[in-house]
Amino acid sequence: MTVAIIDYGSGNLRSAAKAFERTVRESGRSDPVTVTSSADDALSADRIVLPGVGAFADCRSGLHGLDGMVEALEEAVIVRGRPFLGICVGMQLMATTGREHGAHPGLGWIDGEVTAIDVRPTAEKNGTGLKIPHMGWNDMILDRADHPLFAGLRDGRHAYFLHSYAMICRRSEDQLAHVDYGGPLVAAVGRDNFVGTQFHPEKSQAVGLQIIGNFLSWRP
Amino acid sequence: MLKPRIIPCLDVRGGRVVKGINFVDLVDAGDPVEQAGVYDSQGADELCFLDITASHEGREPLLDVVSGTAEQCFMPLTVGGGIRTLDDIRALLLAGADKVSINTAAVHRPEFVSEAAHKFGSQCIVVAVDAKRSEAGRYEIFTHGGREATGIEAISWCRRMAELGAGEILLTSMDRDGTREGFDIELTRSVADSVPVPVVASGGVGTLEHLVEGIRSGHATAVLAASIFHFGIFSIPQAKAYVGKAGIPVRR
Repeated sequence: MTVAIIDYGSGNLRSAAKAFERTVRESGRSDPVTVTSSADDALSADRIVLPGVGAFADCRSGLHGLDGMVEALEEAVIVRGRPFLGICVGMQLMATTGREHGAHPGLGWIDGEVTAIDVRPTAEKNGTGLKIPHMGWNDMILDRADHPLFAGLRDGRHAYFLHSYAMICRRSEDQLAHVDYGGPLVAAVGRDNFVGTQFHPEKSQAVGLQIIGNFLSWRP
Repeated sequence: MLKPRIIPCLDVRGGRVVKGINFVDLVDAGDPVEQAGVYDSQGADELCFLDITASHEGREPLLDVVSGTAEQCFMPLTVGGGIRTLDDIRALLLAGADKVSINTAAVHRPEFVSEAAHKFGSQCIVVAVDAKRSEAGRYEIFTHGGREATGIEAISWCRRMAELGAGEILLTSMDRDGTREGFDIELTRSVADSVPVPVVASGGVGTLEHLVEGIRSGHATAVLAASIFHFGIFSIPQAKAYVGKAGIPVRR
């Protein structure tokens, strides 16, 4: 089994690659993990990971800047049904629209929008309010606890978040998990053979490695 | 809910730990990667490397430390010290840092903060602020590790840094740093209540109660400490148990 981590110039992929390598090794396998910008590699991979940090539009144009990559992802994930994991902005790109510095179309795999986290209601309530970015460890409530991504996990486990924009799913069944931050914030989304996490599994210590392991052994 | 972070900080010079953990089971007490592994296994919420290398040339060892740590520790990593250019930031992020902390360079040229935030995203740009109470009762910021006064008032400075795109403020009280008398609560709260971004309180932690005070009275989103962890006085699990028992939810 090959794992392709898509490199479109959005930040550091070393941690993600190392976390996948570690998980592969610990499960006694020797599957190759490649960090790649090549559409061919994405097409031939058994598992595809799309990371991303920064602004939605920047990440989107980075992804579109890779020759044939968006088409390859559509083919591999939507047509051929390869398991796919989007991380942070990589998850947000799965949405229909991103509303960070203007409206930008996403991949459109999850019916939803990415909008600025709104903590004003809380700010009015307690004076000081909640901070933006939503930065740090928050405990997840699993809306779809039976999803294979969460095998071995339960409500209340913490993951590491670092974001100022969040996805809102139009179909409630696409929301796999959420956290509370002045109201519910989407923590994980998914449908069919593709999933996305707003949090960083590669930075979430044991919980994150468990989720990476679950993704690798997922047979959707 | 979001949990306050407890962050141990390691001082690094020339790729070696200067003030480090005094644990008996370390193979090499000066190896930052090994010490990072200890904090990772203890469940620290984040790790901070502060590079105190005096010259700008000796950056390679730091990059090796960061990449070595990122290969083994799957936890958030902040790196600060001597960052002057966008290339410095890029190199650290590519080596595996999640956030970089800018101090003197922000004072010399505040636009550097907005350039960095624009290029890499606010979420990875931390502005470190070293503040000292002046005779007039206000707080003034210092650069060069607290040696040079700037005449700049600290609270409005922090507000400006957040406006320019800092995603977090790492606030150190120069009066308290190294004293183990606790955070400067007035300073911490004044800044935390004035900026929309998270504030990490630093400087002065000598007891676990100080961590509680920083969060509860100082309104800090995260608390950073060096010596209480380095010298093995307290472990991360002990700190979390204490803070949790005081009624502040922590990640276990």
